Amino acid sequence: MKLFGFRGGVHPEALKHHTEAHPIRKLPMPRRLYIPLQQHIGAPAKAEVEAGDRVDKGQLLARSQGLISAPVHAPTSGTIVAIEERPAPHPTGLPVKTIVIETDGQDRSFLNATAAGDPFNLSPEEIANRVGQAGIVGMGGATFPSAVKLMPNPNSPIHTLIINGSECEPYLTCDDRLMQERPNEVIDGIRLIRHALKANCAILAIEDNKPAAYAAMMHAAEETGGVQVIQIPSRYPMGWEKQLVQIVTGHEIPHGQLPGGVGVCVHNVGTAFAIHRTLRADHPLLSRIVTVSGGAIKRPQNLEVPIGALISDLIEFCGGLTEPPARLVMGGPMMGQVMPHQQVPIVKGSSGILALSHHEIDDGPERPCIRCGRCVMACPVGLMPLEMGAKMRSDDVTGAEALGVQDCISCGCCSYVCPSKIPLVQYFNYAKGELQSRRAAKSKTDQTREWAQARIERLEREALEKAELKAQRAAAKAEKEARSAERKAAEKSQ
Amino acid sequence: MTSRYQQTNPQAGPHVRNPGKVPSLMTTVLIALLPATVFGIYIFGLPALNTVVLCLLSAFLFESLCVWLVKKRIRLVLFDGSALLTGLLLALTLPPWAPWWISVGGTGFAIIVGKHVYGGLGQNPFNPAMLARVALLLSFPLQMTAWVNPAPLFSANSPGVMDSLFTTFGGMDIPDALSGATLLGQVKTDLGQGLGLNSLLVNYYDPLLNGIGFTSGSLGETSSLLILLGGVYLIWRGIINWQLPLSLLISVTVISSLFYGFNPEQYASPLYHLSSGALMLGAFFILTDPVTTPATIRGQVIFGTSCGLLVYVIRTWGGYPEGVAFAVLLMNGLTPLIDHYFKPRQYGRNRQGSPLAMPSLSDVKSRTRS
Repeated sequence: MKLFGFRGGVHPEALKHHTEAHPIRKLPMPRRLYIPLQQHIGAPAKAEVEAGDRVDKGQLLARSQGLISAPVHAPTSGTIVAIEERPAPHPTGLPVKTIVIETDGQDRSFLNATAAGDPFNLSPEEIANRVGQAGIVGMGGATFPSAVKLMPNPNSPIHTLIINGSECEPYLTCDDRLMQERPNEVIDGIRLIRHALKANCAILAIEDNKPAAYAAMMHAAEETGGVQVIQIPSRYPMGWEKQLVQIVTGHEIPHGQLPGGVGVCVHNVGTAFAIHRTLRADHPLLSRIVTVSGGAIKRPQNLEVPIGALISDLIEFCGGLTEPPARLVMGGPMMGQVMPHQQVPIVKGSSGILALSHHEIDDGPERPCIRCGRCVMACPVGLMPLEMGAKMRSDDVTGAEALGVQDCISCGCCSYVCPSKIPLVQYFNYAKGELQSRRAAKSKTDQTREWAQARIERLEREALEKAELKAQRAAAKAEKEARSAERKAAEKSQ
Repeated sequence: MTSRYQQTNPQAGPHVRNPGKVPSLMTTVLIALLPATVFGIYIFGLPALNTVVLCLLSAFLFESLCVWLVKKRIRLVLFDGSALLTGLLLALTLPPWAPWWISVGGTGFAIIVGKHVYGGLGQNPFNPAMLARVALLLSFPLQMTAWVNPAPLFSANSPGVMDSLFTTFGGMDIPDALSGATLLGQVKTDLGQGLGLNSLLVNYYDPLLNGIGFTSGSLGETSSLLILLGGVYLIWRGIINWQLPLSLLISVTVISSLFYGFNPEQYASPLYHLSSGALMLGAFFILTDPVTTPATIRGQVIFGTSCGLLVYVIRTWGGYPEGVAFAVLLMNGLTPLIDHYFKPRQYGRNRQGSPLAMPSLSDVKSRTRS
């Protein structure tokens, strides 16, 4: 199949050999699960249970709030111990509302696996509805509620469904293993998504550094038909949605538009698998596959992990640490987030846990920019990171904005290639945050100004009305006086 | 358990980096210059070795002084190799038997005025080595054009240790038997006297010898082939890209071919231009100084092409026989402007920065695969 070109990108060392050959193992159910109410983009879910309640596997714990939101379910049976603020999987470790379940080890199921009929008979709306109720979000790490992307939009019909099997981040192999071990389920999920979107074609794109996954998916796709499996070159950030759309269809998505605008919809292979489970077995999203890797992990491997297990549970199961990690990362090494400590739960978007050793991160000291331009060549967006970085060093956020820092996707290609080891993404993330708070502050000032203006206008109007009233009264009084004077004059004249 | 990651500040990705670092880039460039340097020392003898050593030593000392004065982290800055590179590049462009004060003063000018006055590595608008070379040429035209003919080490004419020290430190004049003119200089003088090129060049132009570098000229510029070798090594190692050097070489080739075809009696051949003077060194080692040249490929092609035109114009119609240094400095001044006007196009936007038009429905359908 003909592929289209795109700019930028880097070739980081794949480092997938640590885990790509090991089968997925199931993490034994931890004694406690910590399930945050916000694991997705959008509004946090609202708790439906209370401390002390007994819950069964698959039972709804918290309800979705609004269109862009997702519910959460109990990954196993047990007792709700608390609903409290706990450290979130985020560099700051700031607390987020979390449901804590004491598991009972019985795994009593609330689910009725036989209830599901043939999902191909369902209407697109019903499919979107059920996916939404199952709490499925983008499993590649974006965590956007998947149901929103399945709802048919009559204004922009979807022609091409692209399934993202690129897994371009180094170290991560969770999608790779999923495709190798459960290809039929993934293909079924893809066909169901295609059915829901009424798409003309479905293309599963896999990077060419995963031949085993490609072979397995090819084989599975041949049996059912309806899904085209293709290989794409291994180049980071191949998994960036807009880049993937461009290389497969040749369409560049205009700034400010979504892939739907050009008739394309992109889902991750993990999402396809979750959708298959939901529609075939009425199974909400209760677990995910997580790559546990990095130089400080004793036995790197892929685990199927219930949502809410702590990072420490995973590391312990993998034989513990061989050395204190220099950095603990959730996600891939390019875009993943530094975790404050191990007492942080796995959430729906956690594709990997990496305990990186000192020699792996190898930052070296930061040096002055020599303007070598490697960042410009690497940027997939077409920005000039060196110029934006120079602006940010002099704290010129406005200057960085003029150079397009808002379009930066924080993929990390520029920092990756930088020979001076300048933390460019850190600068740009700061700039984006600063610009956002400025916008918020500006809209607040605008609001205040509007209100103040309205008050002034109201006071003026009231003063005017008062003055008018006064003038009317004065006029009435003058008339009265004039009349009484007339009367007096008349009386006098009589 | 408390470990280091618990105490460090939150950091954005990427958490793995490309192993390339500034010091290793600089070291690779120094290695690539080694053949031309060794060859220069070989054909011009021990005084040339003095010049190279003096430039390297004084580069290190002046860099230390500046770094100490501005209280930077000495070990971090001093060993990044950039000062040594500037010193070596300057040495390669000097007359091989230059007196000590030319080497030391020139290097001092390059390091202090060319680099640290602007804030050190990465901040200088002009190539420090070229700046120093031009400053020396304008200030000391006599010493900067005192060329010697090749006299390989251990040959009869090559000066011994004492003679070489006298040449460098004692102000000893170059013996008449050895003093000579560069090809570019000789041709310029003779053309000025109304001689035709064809009759002229037979006397002192052998394309092969000129390419290998057995001619008089700057210390490390004579051997175009060895410099080309170093340049190809740098491209192969991914230190420099090929677009910048190639655009300079193509631009010089095209314009010289045009004039050569028009009148070969008056205008020299492309091969003559490519293999003479500082052109090769300029193409692979001066233009590719990342600090002072545009950051985008398009900008670099414009930079290289313009440099080529300027070099040809200065060589052919200007007052100096060689124009690489002047051309590079002129274009260095334009680099910020080039970078401003030749940015890459951002994804989803046109060159002006507004969002692309939405594709029409029929276009979308036509690209749909079935």
